[in-house]
Amino acid sequence: MLRYSLKRLLSLGLSLLAASAVIFLAIEVVPGDPASYMLGINAQPDTVAALRAELGLNVSAMERYITWVTGMLTGDFGVSYTYRTPVVDMIGDRILISLPLAIYALTLSTLIAFPAGILAASKRGSAADVSIMGATQLGVAIPNFWFAMLLVVFFAINLRWFSAGGFPGWDKGFFVSMKALTLPAISLALPQASILARVMRSALIDTMNEDFIRTARAKGLTKRQALWRHALRNAMIPVLTIIGLQFSFLLAGAIIIENVFFLPGLGRLVFQSIPQRDLIVVESVVMLLVFAVVVVTFIVDIAYAAVDPRLRGRS
Amino acid sequence: MSFLQIENLNMSIYGIPILKDVSLSAVKGQIIGVIGESGSGKSMTAYSVMNLLPTGAKVSGKIALDGQDLLAKSEAQMCAIRGSDIGMIFQEPMTALNPVKTIGAQVAETVLIHGNAERSEATAIARDTLNRVGLPADQFPLTRYPHELSGGQRQRVVIAMAIALRPKLLIADEPTTALDVTTQAQILDLLKTLVAEDGMCLMLITHDLGVVAEVADHIVIMKGGEVVESGETHALFRNMQHPYTKALFAASSHVPDKGAERASKTPLLEVRNAIRDYILPRKSVFGKPQKFRAVSDVSFTLHDGENLGLVGESGCGKSTLTRAILGLEALQGGEIRIHGVPVEAGTHMPRDLRRKMQVVFQDPYGSFNPRHKVARLVAEPLHLLESEPKGSERAKAVVDALISVGMQASDVDKYIHEFSGGQRQRIAIARALILRPDLIILDEAVSALDVSIRAQILDLLADLSSRLNLSYLFISHDLSVVRSVTDRVMVMKAGKIVEYGETEDVFTNPQHDYTKTLIAAAPSLQDALEKENI
Amino acid sequence: MDFVKSALRNRSFMIGAILAAIFVGAALFSFLWTPFDVTKLDIPNKLQDPSAEHWFGTDHFGRDIFSMIMVGARTSIAVAVVAVGIGIILGVPLGLAAAARKDSLLDEIIMRTNDLVFAFPALLIAIMITAVFGPSAINAIIAIGIFNIPVFARLTRGAALSLWTRDFVLSARVAGKNATRISIEHILPNILNLLIVQGSIQFSLGILAEAGLSYVGLGAQPPIPSWGRMLAESQTMISFAPHLAIFPGMAIVLTVLGLNLMGDGLRDLLDPRLRRSRT
Repeated sequence: MLRYSLKRLLSLGLSLLAASAVIFLAIEVVPGDPASYMLGINAQPDTVAALRAELGLNVSAMERYITWVTGMLTGDFGVSYTYRTPVVDMIGDRILISLPLAIYALTLSTLIAFPAGILAASKRGSAADVSIMGATQLGVAIPNFWFAMLLVVFFAINLRWFSAGGFPGWDKGFFVSMKALTLPAISLALPQASILARVMRSALIDTMNEDFIRTARAKGLTKRQALWRHALRNAMIPVLTIIGLQFSFLLAGAIIIENVFFLPGLGRLVFQSIPQRDLIVVESVVMLLVFAVVVVTFIVDIAYAAVDPRLRGRS
Repeated sequence: MSFLQIENLNMSIYGIPILKDVSLSAVKGQIIGVIGESGSGKSMTAYSVMNLLPTGAKVSGKIALDGQDLLAKSEAQMCAIRGSDIGMIFQEPMTALNPVKTIGAQVAETVLIHGNAERSEATAIARDTLNRVGLPADQFPLTRYPHELSGGQRQRVVIAMAIALRPKLLIADEPTTALDVTTQAQILDLLKTLVAEDGMCLMLITHDLGVVAEVADHIVIMKGGEVVESGETHALFRNMQHPYTKALFAASSHVPDKGAERASKTPLLEVRNAIRDYILPRKSVFGKPQKFRAVSDVSFTLHDGENLGLVGESGCGKSTLTRAILGLEALQGGEIRIHGVPVEAGTHMPRDLRRKMQVVFQDPYGSFNPRHKVARLVAEPLHLLESEPKGSERAKAVVDALISVGMQASDVDKYIHEFSGGQRQRIAIARALILRPDLIILDEAVSALDVSIRAQILDLLADLSSRLNLSYLFISHDLSVVRSVTDRVMVMKAGKIVEYGETEDVFTNPQHDYTKTLIAAAPSLQDALEKENI
Repeated sequence: MDFVKSALRNRSFMIGAILAAIFVGAALFSFLWTPFDVTKLDIPNKLQDPSAEHWFGTDHFGRDIFSMIMVGARTSIAVAVVAVGIGIILGVPLGLAAAARKDSLLDEIIMRTNDLVFAFPALLIAIMITAVFGPSAINAIIAIGIFNIPVFARLTRGAALSLWTRDFVLSARVAGKNATRISIEHILPNILNLLIVQGSIQFSLGILAEAGLSYVGLGAQPPIPSWGRMLAESQTMISFAPHLAIFPGMAIVLTVLGLNLMGDGLRDLLDPRLRRSRT
């Protein structure tokens, strides 16, 4: 188990290194001279020169890359060109909205999908199964940001149960903040829950056709007991894969949903920074999100081993 | 008074009749062998007793166990009976166990689910039962997972699960078909011992006449969902009534007419000190990669016109050796020559060398691309000719090959799924023949076939061999088949050839201990019947 | 003929195919005719509710929503189709090559690159491209297309690997055929069904992704109409003109639903296991 974890950890490190190289290449090397790009075509040569010096563009790309990566390791993401403040300060507050939103949505999605998928699989062909499958078919097809707009019209504008947007800040209290994140989280979670419920159902149905389920039935287990005691844990392997993938979709989705609810998260930051050509902010946000995705992949890999003894190797 | 009584059992799935008026009975402390080819309904009879039939199944008739009418039981009542009064073991031990639970938990579950004991007591019963089936605590602690065990060991775990509560009836559905002969013999011994100790009734379902003849007290022969004949084992074989029983008996002991010995002195295939190593996945990132020697210093010669057998159990290296001979994988040492020309693995192998040998594989379902028609499938080796024949010349070659294996010219436009297993094996032979090779490698080529079909294919092979002066390298785990078709035989174990000689000599007077074990372990119909007569 | 017959009998395939055909038809037909010119502003008629004249109402510039949805279908479908094309054209050969040389350096490189691309959701790729080149529909295509490459590469490799162990591939090797030829003659035809089904799934995901990117301004730019941007523009007016949001949203939902149903139907129709049980 330890050896397996260490191996995954090594591959996590390598993935991050490779990802940082791709991001650096895409944002700092492809545009040519980032300084003149950020300042636009009307910039004075001396302003460009000043920015070049400030960004450290006078050294080779390789050196800049190393400086950037080692800087990030010590928490230094550079200074925003537009706001002249350290990027890490700008990101700090905002990630405390985007990340909890994604985790909140993932929790909701799992809490909805598991019972729905298990119910549909255990009563295959029943009215419950047909309605769950119909609802998920619709859920998969709905764009989350449009669903969010509908939720706003219904729950915020008509029923006035929630505010239409904005975020009070965590210092105003946990429940107030969670309430502000609730509609965004639901709009993110339902489409993902639909996918997850479908995967859960088909994984369970596949597993229920395995030989070892027949063995369990021959021992005297009822169908229900066989499903809960034997099929569920085996069906978790494909389900975990999808949960891992969903986290990256949820993070990306959170960035879009923040626009609907005017939440001051990473999404708002990055979409402000793009027209301002603040490449340093864009670069940092993208790196941070990729970091989150890679870490979740690592957690899923560890969870695989917890579920499946074959991956742990001989202990 | 019979213990298990099945009377006029009829079963259909979605209206398609599967079982017709099946009647049989079994006595406590006895082994009843139910035998038949695929589709005979023998497994479905067993699943009817367990009431574990596929959806859409409709059953009528009577199944009584110790006086209780099983067909009248509710699902909840059946759950209480399964595992407690009736235990069942299955064909495929590799998939019959839950991969994510320990063997101890899975055996203890049988006890727990029936509420017969507390967890600690159930664990103790699981331990005892595993000891009984030959998995002692020091080597097989309860915390083992199925993937850490071999196929035979897993089958023992499945048996332990089935007998943990000492059921009155044990149903074994082809319990040894997926196992090697030596393992098969051990599992059959174990089952016999358990029957004797617990006084239970064992319903043994198999396609192998040799197996039932050796262990069963009573035999039921099934065909097409019906019982054709049943009776006390030796009485039944002494006095066979039904033509199907006679045909099955004849096919099981069929020896094709080999014709005159044709082996010449010209070496066709020479293997000298062949070594094939596999590199195992590294155990740690920085560790040295480990090697596994699948073929170790193997040497032999196959002459023109000779039929050579290669016998061994799974994992002995015979498939690896085949791939090396076919030039699909490179050797790490030694050499292979065809008519004196060395075989170089990979795409560099010259076409004229490849033309000299072709292959027929075991699985009649996996050997053909399901998207191509027979004409294209059979013609594939023509690729090896310097100038591939086109048009009518190509069509004629395909038709000639098909006719030589007993198929029709009109079959060329069909897809492979339109044929039965035996027909597919004939088409596979046609594909191997189309280039008129000198050597055909038959890799378990008849192992997946029912006995009656197997007998026909063996006859075809013998006929082709003498007609076209072909040589075979006949690879099989089945000793009786190898004995019936080869001139000389090699016995392979753990990558080495342990014995090599004239087939009859090796079988009647084996020298190596392993050969002796193999021959003793192989179930033989004749031996079983002769033993009785003495 | 058998296929057509069973397709007509497959309800989910038929409903899906009809829905998809409606939107593809609307997109193609919009090149010939739309009820109103979507580039012409008609401020006096702005924000009208649905009526006999304007079936889906008008937007804040007085443009006809129905016509905009027809033209917007072009963008959505074009972006999704090209993005799936990129995924298949690059992903499938990579997957085939990786499977043909399993565990080789080539396989390792292809699979590790795949993992790397997988760590970048399409949105992040779009953000990076847009930050450097500015927003456009082409960026959306590239971003979604890049994300599709590992999807198809993985699927192809996985399916191809199991085929490579099959005896019919061994037979082809014994017949002296090389890896490229085997991949084309034996592997590809046997994974085609899988690719068609996955293609329809990625097509519908592409439409959703394009809508999302346009919604946040990373996709098609004015004056090209697109469903996602119509929704973005409707947002501030949603409390008094909900039709601005409802119709484009319904267009997305129905198209994606149609493609998904068609994909599910195709899976059943093309699954060889099911077909065998029918014969």
